[in-house]
Amino acid sequence: MSAEAGLIVAEPIAATTSIAPSAHGRRLTEPAAVRWTLTLVSLAFLALSLGVPLTAVFVEAFANGVAAYSEAIREPDAFDALKLTLLAASIAVPANLLFGVCASWAIAKFEFPGKQLLTTLIDLPFAISPVISGVVFVLLFGRQGYLGPWIAEHDIKIIFAVPGIVLATIFVSFPFVAREIIPLMQASGTDEEEAARVLGASGLNIFFRVTLPNIKWGVVYGVVLCTARAIGEFGAVAVVSGHIRGLTNTLPLHVEILYNEYKFQAAFAVASLLTFIALVTLVLKTIAERRTHHH
Amino acid sequence: MPVTSVRRSVIPGFRVTMAFTLAYLAIIVLIPLVGLPLRTGSMGWSAFWRTVTDPRVIASYRVTLTTSFVAACVNGVFGLLAAWVLVRYSFPGRRIVDAFIDLPFALPTAVAGITLTTLYAPNGWIGRPLAELGIPVAFTPTGITVALIFIGLPFVIRTLQPVIESLNLELEEAAASLGASRWQVIRRVILPYLYPAWLTGFALAFARSIGEYGSVVFISGNMPMRTEISSFLIITKLEQYDYSGATAIAVVMLSISFILLLVINALQGWSSRRVAA
Repeated sequence: MSAEAGLIVAEPIAATTSIAPSAHGRRLTEPAAVRWTLTLVSLAFLALSLGVPLTAVFVEAFANGVAAYSEAIREPDAFDALKLTLLAASIAVPANLLFGVCASWAIAKFEFPGKQLLTTLIDLPFAISPVISGVVFVLLFGRQGYLGPWIAEHDIKIIFAVPGIVLATIFVSFPFVAREIIPLMQASGTDEEEAARVLGASGLNIFFRVTLPNIKWGVVYGVVLCTARAIGEFGAVAVVSGHIRGLTNTLPLHVEILYNEYKFQAAFAVASLLTFIALVTLVLKTIAERRTHHH
Repeated sequence: MPVTSVRRSVIPGFRVTMAFTLAYLAIIVLIPLVGLPLRTGSMGWSAFWRTVTDPRVIASYRVTLTTSFVAACVNGVFGLLAAWVLVRYSFPGRRIVDAFIDLPFALPTAVAGITLTTLYAPNGWIGRPLAELGIPVAFTPTGITVALIFIGLPFVIRTLQPVIESLNLELEEAAASLGASRWQVIRRVILPYLYPAWLTGFALAFARSIGEYGSVVFISGNMPMRTEISSFLIITKLEQYDYSGATAIAVVMLSISFILLLVINALQGWSSRRVAA
């Protein structure tokens, strides 16, 4: 469409340089053969890199039939892993949501020195690889960690226990909500909030009635990404977990254990649950993206 | 009445949100991170140097960096192609394909790891024909590269897409009307404009690959000196309760990540200036 519109603009120039308009049209895009080749090559690459693995998860999961599949996902260890994964996510996501809202309120609605530094520090966990994120907590709470002796004295378990998994999950999913809503809140400015304040609205009222409607799809987007990361995290959780079945195994760690025990079909059955969550994530993310673009 | 002071004071909640933000950031991120330099500091320089230059550790950097680099290059080429096709051409199913680009972000890395290993193993769907051609993939550096291509795939495409959308068609028309062939327009007008974003996407994919663990451990086989990545070596040291050794390698890897982050920030600045100009 835009190429056709462009033709009209370009025509007077074409007349003076005596290039036929038809030759012109061709030059604004590639020849059909090139377009087809490029499209087919990219689609082949994407099919090989994304489509084939996605299909393989489900094919392998059902390799021994539906009965074996449902047995694998109803196994007690898998159920315990699911419970722990949901527990970690249900702590990490609300905590990081609250943090994201507070941080973006402070950063977007007020001026203060060091704002740029604060924004950079919030993004920090993105720059730290999963394994190192786990190491950080082992150094703090592990047997030879800085707080190790104190923790042992008070009979608290963090590493190789549920608290460590929750902490590692919070750490790796830390920036997702904040980094989505900071730019949205900055873009919507402060005029509406100021007007609401002058009219006598309370702080919470301003947030829920004035600010939130402007950023709600950004919040959804951030929460979706945060949840996906919290559920799927592997490296950081692997470091702090100790792989104790029924106690410190999350779903991704359970997949690893099954696979390493050569129970491939069971591993893929559990993996297919995670893949299903990933597909739901993609759908929700696409919806939230379209909504934020329309606003 | 000075307007600026009114702007600052009229909206409530600065103190409480700021206090919570700083406290949460400190407890979850900053205080735990301090342990890394502290532990390395207590090691002493010579012990640190001996650990991070041990031949097995050096080999792990080499494996990590070369496979990450090759994977980022492959993603650079095909990512540019895919981003161009997705923005400029229309074909049935384009929006669905576009939504699927983020699959590697959404799929847990362990799932990607076991799936790619199964596919590229000598008896796998893709591994078997390749093995017959004499190209082993799983449990070789090639296998690590395959996993890193999967993990890095969205970065180049997602960085390039908005920039390709922002390309000024009039510029292309002007070049074409002055007699430039399509290939000349692409080489002289379009590619120079995309260059900073392209490099940014490449650097993001490279940075992500260097720290990657879950998708790689299964397909790599983790053979010391040959297919052992640095992240795996850190875990091995931790399991032997060699906290100092693990920390030393972690500090080296983290330094590489931070340097890359600075490069990426500079590239992004260059890219946004180019788009704004």
